Amino acid sequence: MIGQDLLGIEGVERDRIELILETAEHMQEIGNRDVKKVPALRGRTVVNLFFEPSTRTQTSFEIAGKRLAADVVNFSSSSSSLTKAESLLDTAKTLDAMDPDVVVVRHKVAGVPQRIADVLDAPVINAGDGAHEHPTQALLDMLTVFQAKGRIEGLSVAIIGDIAHSRVARSNIYGFTKLGAEVRVAGPPTMLPPHVDSLGVKAYTSLREVLDGVDVVMALRIQNERLGGGIFPSVREYSSTFGLDRAKLRFARPDAIVMHPGPVNRGVELSHDLADHRPSVILDQVRNGVALRMALLYLIAGRAFPQDRE
Amino acid sequence: MSKVLIRGGRLLDPSIDHDAVADLLIEDGRVVEVGPDLHADNAEVVEAGGKWVAPGFVDLHVHLREPGQEYKEDLASGGRAAVAGGFTSICCMANTEPVNDDPAVTKYILDRAAKDSPARIFPIAAATRRLAGEVMTEMSALKDAGAVAFSDDGNTIMDAWVMRNVLEYSKLVDAVVVIHAEDCGLRADGVVNEGQVSTRLGLPGNPVEAEEIHIARDIRLAQLTGAHLHVGHVSSGGSVELIRQAKDSGLSVTAEVTPHHLALTDEATEGFDTSTKMAPPLRTHSDVEELRRALAEGIIDCVATDHAPHATHEKDVEFTAAPCGVLGLETAFGVVNDLVRSGEISPLELMRRMSTAPAQIFNLEGGSLTTGSIADVVILDPDQSWSYDPAEGFSKSRNSPWAGAELTGQVFATLVDGRLVYQAGRGVLIQ
Repeated sequence: MIGQDLLGIEGVERDRIELILETAEHMQEIGNRDVKKVPALRGRTVVNLFFEPSTRTQTSFEIAGKRLAADVVNFSSSSSSLTKAESLLDTAKTLDAMDPDVVVVRHKVAGVPQRIADVLDAPVINAGDGAHEHPTQALLDMLTVFQAKGRIEGLSVAIIGDIAHSRVARSNIYGFTKLGAEVRVAGPPTMLPPHVDSLGVKAYTSLREVLDGVDVVMALRIQNERLGGGIFPSVREYSSTFGLDRAKLRFARPDAIVMHPGPVNRGVELSHDLADHRPSVILDQVRNGVALRMALLYLIAGRAFPQDRE
Repeated sequence: MSKVLIRGGRLLDPSIDHDAVADLLIEDGRVVEVGPDLHADNAEVVEAGGKWVAPGFVDLHVHLREPGQEYKEDLASGGRAAVAGGFTSICCMANTEPVNDDPAVTKYILDRAAKDSPARIFPIAAATRRLAGEVMTEMSALKDAGAVAFSDDGNTIMDAWVMRNVLEYSKLVDAVVVIHAEDCGLRADGVVNEGQVSTRLGLPGNPVEAEEIHIARDIRLAQLTGAHLHVGHVSSGGSVELIRQAKDSGLSVTAEVTPHHLALTDEATEGFDTSTKMAPPLRTHSDVEELRRALAEGIIDCVATDHAPHATHEKDVEFTAAPCGVLGLETAFGVVNDLVRSGEISPLELMRRMSTAPAQIFNLEGGSLTTGSIADVVILDPDQSWSYDPAEGFSKSRNSPWAGAELTGQVFATLVDGRLVYQAGRGVLIQ
């Protein structure tokens, strides 16, 4: 994978996903050491190019880079080409001229990491683009499920919430499907994208039906900007129809786990109690995020220096 | 005075259903003789053996950006791009700065065009002031100044009462009203066709119903008023069906389709290239098939490019932030010639959709090569393959989905008013 972009899960082969997950399991061990640092990326520069604020994802990439001894530079810009004199691609080219070894891009508009990758020499990792893809989130989710369940093949995964506007949903649909799981989605009809079945999933509008017999329940965050956006009437109605609590979770398998990409709107997608306690694995997801991103940075930027090749 | 003899070509004149090899003699801007083995002393001879000779193309829908946005295009560059694409008459939309809602702007465009453009340019005036969809323009004065039709184009008139009045009033000046059919509320922030591709890409979708609902409304208003409604850039199979029904009912409804909607689907957007972003958006394979069939059958009357130049710095932004529109003039024939190559339409009928039919819709001269006609002529090499590079083209802008593409079917030469204004390999020839 050295020097390659990771723009989405859609175009990634199964064996490549498995390689990333295996590498991440090795990286987890580093996080348990007394000194949480190895020199694998010493002398490498990782640029976090975040056009949309995301403290969690940015911090996760930063810690991942630092545990591998890379120099991590954060470049945040909340403005778009519409409000800023410097164009998106100019920003990217400017950074590229400083010779980073990998650039991590987050943007609120779908396709921006792809367009940046088109003009950059450095490999690009998509850290979330609009409602398109969030591949590192999906990979860390797959790692979390694999470690909780011992397998992914044959599992049944339910993703619940605003599927239409969710990059997490798309990447997880591609990923879990490729690894042989059955993926179902559920939400109010206004939150299901048109032709959602073309993604290889079955869509439900009943929480009870979608949860029936599933091994994994993944709740998505309801974006605040969707409130009053006309696609659902009120938070109260959403939480009563699609919000998860222990009573509703009984429709799933008794050993089902609960996931959420965070940050959780407590009392909306998940009850307070469910957000904090098993079977929720939300903090495992966060922990695995660092190891997973270490694995990716290592696989993409970890080539040996020419003089070290002996 | 000046004589041109076009010799040995396959003469395609849809106005009289002529499709046979013949020579064409032009003198002082008019066709003076058509027939076999013509001879003329002192005539400039253009050898057209193996080529098609047809009335110059007429484009009812272009954006030339002058006045106000000359960094994208102007009447000179747009006119040069036109003749390079075989177009001898082009009709420019009113969304300039200032808007062409005043006879002074109409006259300005015509004056500049007469000086700068090798193609004939006909302004389409705004239907409402400032394209605001509220108060109709002075159609009578605008027509006297030279406007050939009325349209708010991309600023769809959403108020049906205003649209009704525009259509009623257009009968006073006997002019066509052109619509950009898109229900703005239903379109919302959609930037690509709503469907499997928008779902995969995570880009906001714009459903075909946004177009079809608006076309249905305006067809009803055309029925109510008896005015001539021309539907711009039809993009969906459902829209074709509405237009077919309107025509079957005997209404004065005509329609155009762009080369990009005839050739490309929303899958072209998969790399997030903003040169595939336009309104209405690229649709699905079944829409493309139905549009092609409708053009062949004549349900859709003509091809229009919706040539919409935008500067690279405007297009090289986030997909949602990029302006809508693509170049069209220089690639039109190379793209639509595919319908002839695949056997979907005859050369004669394609020439009708490119020249005779659009000229008739706006009541323009041209579209015919009979004796006495104005000598606007295109000579085409239908089998010649060529590679399109917008940087080498005549438009000021480069936003084409065919950048780097190989097309089959090349414009060999274009004559306006009996003068050779473009020839492949020589470029635009203006004295």
